[in-house]
Amino acid sequence: MEKDQDIILNEVTQSEYKYGFVTDIESDSIPKGLNEEVIRLISEKKNEPEWMLEFRLKAFAHWKTMKNPNWAMLKIPEIDYQDIVYYSAPKQKKQLNSLDEVDPELLDTFNKLGIPLEEQKLLTGVAVDAVMDSVSVKTTFKKNLADLGIIFCSFSEAVQEYPDLVKKYMGTVVPYRDNYFAALNSAVFSDGSFVYIPKGVRCPMELSTYFRINAANTGQFERTLIVADDDSYVSYLEGCTAPMRDENQLHAAIVEIIALEHAEVKYSTVQNWYPGDKEGKGGIYNFVTKRGLCKGRNSKISWTQVETGSAITWKYPSCILKGDDSIAEFYSVAVTNNHQQADTGTKMIHLGKNTKSTIVSKGISAGKSNNSYRGLVRVAKNASNARNFSQCDSLLLGDQCGAHTFPYLEVDNSSAIVEHEATTSKIGEDQIFYCNQRGISTEDAIGLIVNGYAKEVINQLPMEFAVEAQKLLQISLEGSVG
Amino acid sequence: MDMMVEIIDTREDLKKEFIQQRAILDQAIPGFEYQKREDAFAHFLKLGIPSTRVEEFKYTPLEPLFNKEYHRSYTFDPVSFDKDLLFNCDVPNLETQVEFVVNSWYYHPEHRLQVLSNGIILGSLAEAAKQYPELFQKHYTKYANPASDGLIALNTAFAQDGFFLYLPKNTVMDQALQLINMMMSDRNLMTQQRNLIILEDNSEANLLVCEHTMSNHDFLSNSVTEVYAGKNARLHLTKMQNENNESSQLAAVFIHQEADSQVSTNTISLHGGFIYNRFDVALQGRGAHNDTFGLYLTDRNQHISNRTLIDHAVPDATSNQTFKGVLDDDAHGSFTGKILVRKDAQRTAAYQSNNNILLTDRAKMNTKPMLEIFADDVKCSHGATIGQLDSDALFYLRTRGISQKEARLLLMYAFTYEVIAAIPVEGLRLRVEELVSKRLRGELSRCNDCTNGCR
Repeated sequence: MEKDQDIILNEVTQSEYKYGFVTDIESDSIPKGLNEEVIRLISEKKNEPEWMLEFRLKAFAHWKTMKNPNWAMLKIPEIDYQDIVYYSAPKQKKQLNSLDEVDPELLDTFNKLGIPLEEQKLLTGVAVDAVMDSVSVKTTFKKNLADLGIIFCSFSEAVQEYPDLVKKYMGTVVPYRDNYFAALNSAVFSDGSFVYIPKGVRCPMELSTYFRINAANTGQFERTLIVADDDSYVSYLEGCTAPMRDENQLHAAIVEIIALEHAEVKYSTVQNWYPGDKEGKGGIYNFVTKRGLCKGRNSKISWTQVETGSAITWKYPSCILKGDDSIAEFYSVAVTNNHQQADTGTKMIHLGKNTKSTIVSKGISAGKSNNSYRGLVRVAKNASNARNFSQCDSLLLGDQCGAHTFPYLEVDNSSAIVEHEATTSKIGEDQIFYCNQRGISTEDAIGLIVNGYAKEVINQLPMEFAVEAQKLLQISLEGSVG
Repeated sequence: MDMMVEIIDTREDLKKEFIQQRAILDQAIPGFEYQKREDAFAHFLKLGIPSTRVEEFKYTPLEPLFNKEYHRSYTFDPVSFDKDLLFNCDVPNLETQVEFVVNSWYYHPEHRLQVLSNGIILGSLAEAAKQYPELFQKHYTKYANPASDGLIALNTAFAQDGFFLYLPKNTVMDQALQLINMMMSDRNLMTQQRNLIILEDNSEANLLVCEHTMSNHDFLSNSVTEVYAGKNARLHLTKMQNENNESSQLAAVFIHQEADSQVSTNTISLHGGFIYNRFDVALQGRGAHNDTFGLYLTDRNQHISNRTLIDHAVPDATSNQTFKGVLDDDAHGSFTGKILVRKDAQRTAAYQSNNNILLTDRAKMNTKPMLEIFADDVKCSHGATIGQLDSDALFYLRTRGISQKEARLLLMYAFTYEVIAAIPVEGLRLRVEELVSKRLRGELSRCNDCTNGCR
């Protein structure tokens, strides 16, 4: 492990944002702007059935009645929703059966990102759905999964091929009325991933989606729907990057998870959208609604997120513990540097009996950034014997940044045990001195200490991701010492 | 952060009255006249009574309180109460000087303002404004900003009197001061009491404030207290809230602390229909220390909200907050606490905790302990719990032959003790201990030996 640490440290000494390249791929975009015509056009391009278009239009009508939320501790510049391209797809042929048919430029992009799109990398054992700009490019290992009855495909494909499943579950956890960005997404979402794990199946490999914004002036609006039927298990990974551009780009996604009886879903995110440059120019606005429903008895949903990118993050992966004895977890590391802003956390809504939730949130702020934890734990009247433990720690690096904690605890049941604790501090001078003494530079020492601090969360990530997450922590804090 | 301000419409009513009573109001507090009241009222018209859509009042529904009919009195009517009743609220084993405020008016049979031999001034706020305009104007409305909150604006626009205390440099009050705020009326009443407490450098005072209602009417008291603690000043403030279940008390305390000053507050809420306590502490000098403690024991349909803001504006200041509550029956509690550490307020140490016990499934607790931190060399932590009595501890006591009921009482008492133990004046602490233990047994309808029949 020691060795790994050193390699990582060396690797990152110079790096800034290394995923900032632009791929020169012809894309099929529609003009800027947002109106009913655009929505009809998106729906048409995707050859969607009537009910899907209706859903979009209903969402759009509702969105028009809503206002930008301003309760978060974020300074969000005015967003001109008419100045965004809502659909951009890499130009390519209709159906892909083998990798040879994929545009080599595209393959190259994903190779550069280190995404094992190539099937020869079978050993890595990760099935990937790659989403570029708004459209799912390629899903690997589809056949192997299909043998087990697992459906893992792009959202548009699911709409065509499994309309009943999509109809049954889409919008049940995050209705289009939920919030401003959810309504926007419901109106204009272009693609995303769909996962269905049938009864009693344990998914043999990690499923993964890789999101990439490539074209300029586009927004990315993807939608992920994961349904785990009775007694099933799946671990799902999500990663994302974007080119360096001077203008801000909007990413407003929805993730819905439904876990039925005894099912378990583990959802891990390493979010590394372009955070903007040192002066805070450019970067992605990451306004995401993620929510899981522990619908069945004894079900479990676990969110793990490592948030290092984005200019502004507005994200609260939540769980509704509806089934009796259900369990929910939320593990988060959020790093902000330079001018980044993050307002992130979770909601745990206890409705069923004997439900348990755990929240571990580690915030790290550096530079001139602001990092807030905002979380809600609600125990409803009939949710007897609910249990929650929350821990939210903040680490401050530098005297120009801010770390804030806004926990909301609402308890309506006397048998509930709800605990919240939080600390805010900086790295001890004695700790750094100790490292210096052993020949470790201050910058590396901070990297080490931060990794140790975040370990509780990173340990929850699948192996491949854990390594990437560690590297990201290093990169994000680059130049924050001094 | 922009707030959506939803306004409950009692403004029209109050506006009419403000215009009608203008002449009386302008005479009430010399030096705080036409334009200043006008400004405060303009703020009130803009802000209104905050609704639950305002973040700080998310768990504090004021609407029902202000929708009732109240009488508002603009002159003090000393005939309407029995003066003999007043002098029974003493604390046994404790020498105190007792002062009274009745329906927001300072009351003393002989004088309006008293100057003690060591220069300490105490008495009516309005009288102090008249006799010591310079002193008064240096502090009045300097800590409670009417532009920030509808309730503060309302109080500032309508306030006519209240309690005034001034300690010159290097003075120590040799005995505790007991201030009794009473509400007595033969009809529903709304009051706007205003207090000002000034401690110059190196002075020290112990103040006990008791809130009582003497009849079963609906009372709504919206009070504002401003406290200035000069360099190295020490103030201990204990508040006992024991009012009838129809009464509503909205009490905001603004504390300004200079270097090395120490201010502690203990608020013991025993009874009251609707209680909203706000503590706004500005630590403006290095080495200042603040303790804000609260204990609330609520049952039936009572509501209690505690809201704090500890503002660390300078380096090297420290603060502690501890709020504990037991909620029974259909009681509803809320805690909204905030530690704000401003940029450059290095070496701050600030702690905050809120622990609650729910005794029934109908009781409800919402807590929101917040940290907002802009400096890096700080130690800040907060914790909050909501739970029930420890069943292992209960079992342990039962095995020792202690009845279920007695064991529960013991554990609840132990739970509350952290707040009681922080009261520095011994006589007072013993008194609070006794009242709390009676309250937990459900025996407390009036204070010890008292024949007043407070309800």
